[in-house]
Amino acid sequence: MSILHQQRAFYGLLTLAILTSVGYGLVSHGAEGMAFGFFSSFTIAGSLMCIWERSVVRSAFSLMATFMGVAGLFLLLGSDFLAMAQILIYVGGILALILFGVMLTPPDLGERSLPRIGGTLVFVLGGASLVWKHVMDATESLAVLPVEELTPMTSQDQSVGLAFLHPEQYVVAFELAAFLLTVALVAAVYIARRRTADFEPEEAA
Amino acid sequence: MNTLTPNDYLLLLAVPLIPLLGYVVQIFFGRNLPRKGDWMLLGGMFIVMCITVYMFFVHAMGHVGPAPFWNESAMTADGPVFRWLYNTSDVPGDQNLIAGILYDGLAAAMLMVVGVVSFLVHLFSSGYMAGDRRYHIFFANISLFTFAMLGLILSDNILFLFVFWELMGFMSYLLIGHFAQDPDSPRIKHAAAACKKAFLTTRVGDTCLFFGMAMFYFLLPREYNDLLAQGAIEGERVISSFRFVDLWTMGGQIVEANNGEYPFWMSVAGLFTFGGTVGKSAQFPLHIWLPDAMEGPTPVSAMIHAATMVAAGVSLLGRMFPMMSPEVLQIVIAVGAFTALFAATIGCTVNDIKGVLAYSTISQLGFMVAAIGTGGLGIVAGLFHMVTHAFFKACLFLSAGSVIHGCHHEQDMQKMGGLRKKMPITFMCMLICTLAIAGMPLFAGYYSKDRIIASVIDSTLTQWRGANVFALVALPLAAMLTTFYMFRLIFLTFFGEPRDQHIHDHAHESPIPMTAALIGLAFLGMFGGHFWLAGDPLSNNGTWFTNLVQWQTMYVTSRGGSLDLTSMNMIAVTEHTAHTGHVWAVGVSLSVLALGFFAALWVYGLKKLDPARITSKLGLVYEAVRDKYYVDEAVNGSVIRGTMGLAKGQKWIDENIIDGTVLGVGRLGRGLGTLCAWIDKNIVDGAVNWVGNTTQALGSVARLLQTGRIQQYVSFAVGGALLLAAFHILT
Amino acid sequence: MGVEAYMGVAGVLFVLGVVCIISRRNILYVLMGIEMILNAANINFVAINRFGNGGLEGRMFAIFVIILAAAEAAIALAIVLNVFHLFQSIRPSDADMLRD
Repeated sequence: MSILHQQRAFYGLLTLAILTSVGYGLVSHGAEGMAFGFFSSFTIAGSLMCIWERSVVRSAFSLMATFMGVAGLFLLLGSDFLAMAQILIYVGGILALILFGVMLTPPDLGERSLPRIGGTLVFVLGGASLVWKHVMDATESLAVLPVEELTPMTSQDQSVGLAFLHPEQYVVAFELAAFLLTVALVAAVYIARRRTADFEPEEAA
Repeated sequence: MNTLTPNDYLLLLAVPLIPLLGYVVQIFFGRNLPRKGDWMLLGGMFIVMCITVYMFFVHAMGHVGPAPFWNESAMTADGPVFRWLYNTSDVPGDQNLIAGILYDGLAAAMLMVVGVVSFLVHLFSSGYMAGDRRYHIFFANISLFTFAMLGLILSDNILFLFVFWELMGFMSYLLIGHFAQDPDSPRIKHAAAACKKAFLTTRVGDTCLFFGMAMFYFLLPREYNDLLAQGAIEGERVISSFRFVDLWTMGGQIVEANNGEYPFWMSVAGLFTFGGTVGKSAQFPLHIWLPDAMEGPTPVSAMIHAATMVAAGVSLLGRMFPMMSPEVLQIVIAVGAFTALFAATIGCTVNDIKGVLAYSTISQLGFMVAAIGTGGLGIVAGLFHMVTHAFFKACLFLSAGSVIHGCHHEQDMQKMGGLRKKMPITFMCMLICTLAIAGMPLFAGYYSKDRIIASVIDSTLTQWRGANVFALVALPLAAMLTTFYMFRLIFLTFFGEPRDQHIHDHAHESPIPMTAALIGLAFLGMFGGHFWLAGDPLSNNGTWFTNLVQWQTMYVTSRGGSLDLTSMNMIAVTEHTAHTGHVWAVGVSLSVLALGFFAALWVYGLKKLDPARITSKLGLVYEAVRDKYYVDEAVNGSVIRGTMGLAKGQKWIDENIIDGTVLGVGRLGRGLGTLCAWIDKNIVDGAVNWVGNTTQALGSVARLLQTGRIQQYVSFAVGGALLLAAFHILT
Repeated sequence: MGVEAYMGVAGVLFVLGVVCIISRRNILYVLMGIEMILNAANINFVAINRFGNGGLEGRMFAIFVIILAAAEAAIALAIVLNVFHLFQSIRPSDADMLRD
């Protein structure tokens, strides 16, 4: 099959999947279900595209779709702060980093082997399904409340902020995280520094 | 009985010890002493001679009274006794070997003879052997030899006699082989062969003696105790002993209990004992060493082969006489008579001056042995002849030595002649002793030889036995031949025209020490017989020597009382037969003397007959006699070759089988070692190497996992985790 | 919706992240795959926290995961640039100096 046809098939299937999931969600669980279906399919579709795409840039941007989808799922789960943080950091930071990497490295086009992807997918999916089945059988151990008894969702800002600064909660971790980020920053700069040997002879001066 | 005082015993003990001490000193210091120490040994021997002569005259000749002359130091308080095993005389139930000195008539006579002759030979040697390279060793050797002989005479048991016997054999080896140690001597090989032959031949006799001795030691007491248990004998249980007295008593009582019959084993043992005499006293067939022993220096020949060593055999025979059964005695007579005749015939054909004397010695020994074999007065005759023979034979040898010395070591009589005027003293001495050996009346040899023939006739008249008859015929014949060849020697050497002018010109009389010894011995050769006889020179009985040596006195036990030995092969000699025998003996002796002398005079003195014509007429017979009846060749071919063949066979066994076995074991060990090495290298190391190789192979396989590709690592990690989870879930 | 649905999504996202790492011949896909995996974990944390006993633990952990993911992405990029500089190639299979 030619590349064009492949692409058409893929994207067609993807779209079909998204719509199917949205519809199914709507039908079974109402608005929440529809939202869930939309966001989850967005996530999955993004990651599929990431794997599928031949161009690195397009893979990177489909990764952005993944991150967005995940943020949406966070929202559905009542963690608004987390969703915002997700978008800020992941899309605004990490994705940018990846794009920097894409820019700084030469392009490689079409470096994928479909049989490889297919095989890996089958294998890992099979294994993971086994795990999931087990986990599903064991969810009784999870202290999961039935839907009726769930606490209502509230805004998370204040609670998260307070938790960060409360001396008995997460202040230490917070400070350490800050410290870690500083160190990471310095480390990254150091690792990625330009060495004297990188310079051309006339630039050495 | 036991008339000697402890001091006398000490003197007697000193007699053998002086030469022994002289030997020890001479061996270590002799070379550095002035004149190489011969004066020391000569002085010692002079003292020994004085002691023996003194003891003889004072005690033996001066012995009075009816009791026999018998002294045993082991039975006297304070007498010198050697207790070999324990310090006390006996331990209940065990036997001690007790040795002491026995001084009876026989011992006294022989001791004096040996003392005198040995001293004179020492004196002669100081002149004859002067200038020899090993002069001091020679003197040391003859001193030790004298010690051995004196010890033998004085020993009172057969074991010590055997010890000294053996020592004498060894000393004769050293003395005969004196020139074998001298690399400059032209006859070194002959001397070495001769001394070896002498030693080995007498060794055969020694072994027989040892067997006889052992048989007597073990079997006599057993038989005695058996008879005691049966009640045939009165007395107490006895234990084994070597002492002569014990042997005689036990033997005598056994024979008496058997009514005069000797047990068979006693005959066998007696025959073995006689074997010792056959060896040492050069009887046929062990006579072969004596002619070859002339390789030794002349003083050695004189002492050993005239006076002492050969006499030891006869003295053994004398001591062990009661133990010999009549059958054994027949054999003794036969051997002795045959030897006398046999050697006399050979002596007529020999050209070497010392060789003639050697065969003469063998012949005279045959006389002595035959005489003792006849028993009764024959023992006295034989021992008397031994005494006189010592004197005149020693003198003859020394005179021959003087002749040889004067002719500058020329020994062949064919080259001599007319030396009478050049060496008068030697001539006179030799003539005197030749007359003595021939049996001229009034000379010493006549008495003893006459007595021998008389005893043979006596015994034949009393018992007409085969051996006695043979001796009756053979001995006078041998006497005639003795006269013949001795006068042949005289005529060839001293009379007639000199056959070799060069030797004749240079011949000279010998120096003083040699001629002094010659004169001394010649004197004894002439008058030695008279000494021993008191009374009528032509008479028979009643001489004190007879009394001294008579068998009854010799064999009286020290346990008290007298042993009735009439049942022990003692021939009862009647008065009548004794007188008849004596008359016949005189007649025979004088006639053979005359015949022999005139025959020698006719052929050699007056040269009326040419010896060459006679020998050619005799042809093969002459050649057989001249070649000593091929006895040496027979012995060489059979015994010597056999022994060498046996030795070679054993050598082959040793080299191939024994060494082969050892080598085989070694090779086996090596093979095992190689096998183990193979196992070790291939199997053990192989196992170890296999482990290593397998590990390496597995590692090479496992190494493939490490590709350095992180994506593969991630896939492995995930796959592993899934497997783990699956494993965990499904079980 | 139930926690099973959210966990299912997280699981699929995790698998796709692993596939992304393994099956593309570009280092940057490895980075992207790592981010996907982290996101899947985050979804799990928050979902279980929501349907559980309440409280903040799950969501706080998720925030720290995000923080650390950022730090890690920075370092990872620095490393990627070094690796590229060393091996002059963006294919991970070319950086096999650690192979035996």
